[in-house]
Amino acid sequence: MGQRKLISGNHAIAEAAIRAGCRFFAGYPITPSSEIAERLAELLPQYDGIFIQMEDEIASMGAIIGASLTGKKALTATSGPGFSLKQENLGFAIMGEIPVVIVNVQRGGPSTGLPTFPGQQDLMQVRWGRHGDQEIIALVPDSIQESYEFTIKAFNLAEQYRTPVILLTDEVISQMKEQIEIPDDVEIIDREFPSVPPEEYYPFDGSKGLVPPLAPYGEGYRYHITGLAHDKTGFPSSNPKVVREQLERKLNKIRKNRDEIVDVEEFLLEDAEYAIFALGSMARVAKQVTLDLREEGIPIGLLRPLTLWPFCDKELINYAKKLKHIFVVEMNFGQIVGEVERYAGKYTKVDWYGRADGRLIPPREIKDFIKERIHEN
Amino acid sequence: MKNKFIIKINEKWCKGCNLCIEFCPKNVLELKDAKAKVVSPEDCIGCYICEYRCPDFAIEVNKVEEEVPVGSEKTNKR
Amino acid sequence: MKTELAKKYLRLEKLPTLWCSGCGHGLILSSLLRALYLLNIEKDKVAMVSGIGCSGRTPGYVDVHTLHTTHGRAIPFATGIKLMKPEFYVLAVMGDGDCAAIGGNHFIHAARRNIDITAIVYNNGIYGMTGGQVSPTTPYGAYASTAPYGQLEEPFDIVELALGAGATFVARSSIDEIPKLDRLIADGIKHKGFSVIDVITICPITFGRRNKLGEDPMMNLRWVQDITVPMKKAKDMSKEELKGKWITGIFRDEDKPNLIDLYLELNKKLKHSMVDESSKEGVEDVRRQDET
Repeated sequence: MGQRKLISGNHAIAEAAIRAGCRFFAGYPITPSSEIAERLAELLPQYDGIFIQMEDEIASMGAIIGASLTGKKALTATSGPGFSLKQENLGFAIMGEIPVVIVNVQRGGPSTGLPTFPGQQDLMQVRWGRHGDQEIIALVPDSIQESYEFTIKAFNLAEQYRTPVILLTDEVISQMKEQIEIPDDVEIIDREFPSVPPEEYYPFDGSKGLVPPLAPYGEGYRYHITGLAHDKTGFPSSNPKVVREQLERKLNKIRKNRDEIVDVEEFLLEDAEYAIFALGSMARVAKQVTLDLREEGIPIGLLRPLTLWPFCDKELINYAKKLKHIFVVEMNFGQIVGEVERYAGKYTKVDWYGRADGRLIPPREIKDFIKERIHEN
Repeated sequence: MKNKFIIKINEKWCKGCNLCIEFCPKNVLELKDAKAKVVSPEDCIGCYICEYRCPDFAIEVNKVEEEVPVGSEKTNKR
Repeated sequence: MKTELAKKYLRLEKLPTLWCSGCGHGLILSSLLRALYLLNIEKDKVAMVSGIGCSGRTPGYVDVHTLHTTHGRAIPFATGIKLMKPEFYVLAVMGDGDCAAIGGNHFIHAARRNIDITAIVYNNGIYGMTGGQVSPTTPYGAYASTAPYGQLEEPFDIVELALGAGATFVARSSIDEIPKLDRLIADGIKHKGFSVIDVITICPITFGRRNKLGEDPMMNLRWVQDITVPMKKAKDMSKEELKGKWITGIFRDEDKPNLIDLYLELNKKLKHSMVDESSKEGVEDVRRQDET
């Protein structure tokens, strides 16, 4: 039985980061994520780590990439406006295949929007916020327990697949407190050290596997990383064959491992004829709706992605074939519903309910909507 | 009159920018088909200005008695 | 003998450089490499970070840890490296636009923080890579592809900017002051704190061609000689005479506590009995000493 603790989402993320081995944080104040920075400003110096508040989010993103290249685990945390500023350097981390973790505590958008209210309006920005083709991993907790556990999982995935990972939470889950149980032992994954000597080391050599090891600075491996298209040596190359091979490997290292990465919660779906598709704080509401409707005799369940990206297409299709109707519920004006329609639309009816006014959508509204749609056909 | 200095020009790296020729106080060098060429090595006084003025590491001046093991291009790899 | 010194730190197989014939960047690179040679710094202890532009291609030629980042962001990337590798010599090489336009915010904050990074600015007053657009250090009245009628703005004085922001080593030199520049860069690297070296250099193919200097490097170099004035000489020149001139020399060389040392001291003081990774209890709620 691990230690029990009443703690907020933001503080849970900060403490879990330390537990995961994070020893560098660079960030910039922004509601509703600042508490992550504040807590790490206290903790990191106690763990021989470094906390720095940079001059803006762009700088924060640059700093954590630099820190990660020295072999250390590095974190930044922000919200919508800051997340938008970080996109270019996040793209650099994708191109350079540099493991970092970025917490995006979603608030109402767009623009300054609703700083102290939740939203789920960055879902597609997380996936496509950068120019160019890329894959990204994004985890979506719906509780403080998951905020703790998914932070560790985010670092593990970043190290394992040599990629940035987004921990996508929101104002509700980051600010509220819940009692959590701090797991006794947790699996900590560290990046692989190169098995070849420096003179044979190439930072982007995919010949032995989709994820080439990233040598830490200061260990005799002097290599080059650039945002330019590059070859296995890391030096610039615009040779079409090389460009295609490198980009395909960077995409495939996530696509081909999606079965290990993607995770969903399947709630009361075994005998369900209907299902709600919801994530994050809205999944908490949807779970209540599911229980209430079950009591009214409606065989409904909830499919909740724990990993928003890569998208849970296979898991969704598997259920879509057996379901009469899927209801997508999200705090925006229609974002993830596009992906659900894309995969499930071939097999079943997909409906959407949502809005973005900074308030969680109450269970009653969702129940009425679902019952009305069920009775229609 | 034996040359006191050996001047070596790396024709692959020289881009014919003419700076070494402009600055050589003894007109030891000349530009020929867009490359620096040593025309009167005997006049070289070993001031190394040409080395300092070359943007492309393309010229090296060494004293004759200096047995400098000029590293081949590969020795310096990693 | 001088080229031989620089070759020690070169990635020979990457030469010749991609810079145009007569570009000044190669002169700054060779000076930089001789500075490393002078200090006899171990390659494995050096990180060289650059932004985007012709200057951005510098690290590719240098056999140290090299990182070619995004436009204007070399310094933040370098900051992350320095904070995690205090024993490293971290160099940020930037163009004038890279450093003082898009990168301006990072430049002044690094100076304010006094983080131990050496910033070398390849200041040719133009955006060369993209074809000769006007930059924050393009002289008033000079022509550029985006200032076809002459630049109407006054340029930044990168030295004043660095001094005002608190950098503790600030100097300016030019590609005409080699080998003096070698020593200056070595001093900057050795200095523990944020060092700025503004190096006036040339871009014959864009700046030169549009400003009656042509593509001849010698003409462009004479222009550098005209617009730079050694500090000693500048002392007895009037403000009028100094208009449009860049003063060279060391403007500040001051030892002040630098950021990473302060961090390391703090960490030592707070040395927490390391909670080993798989420890049972979570992270104690350690309040600051003054709190009850």
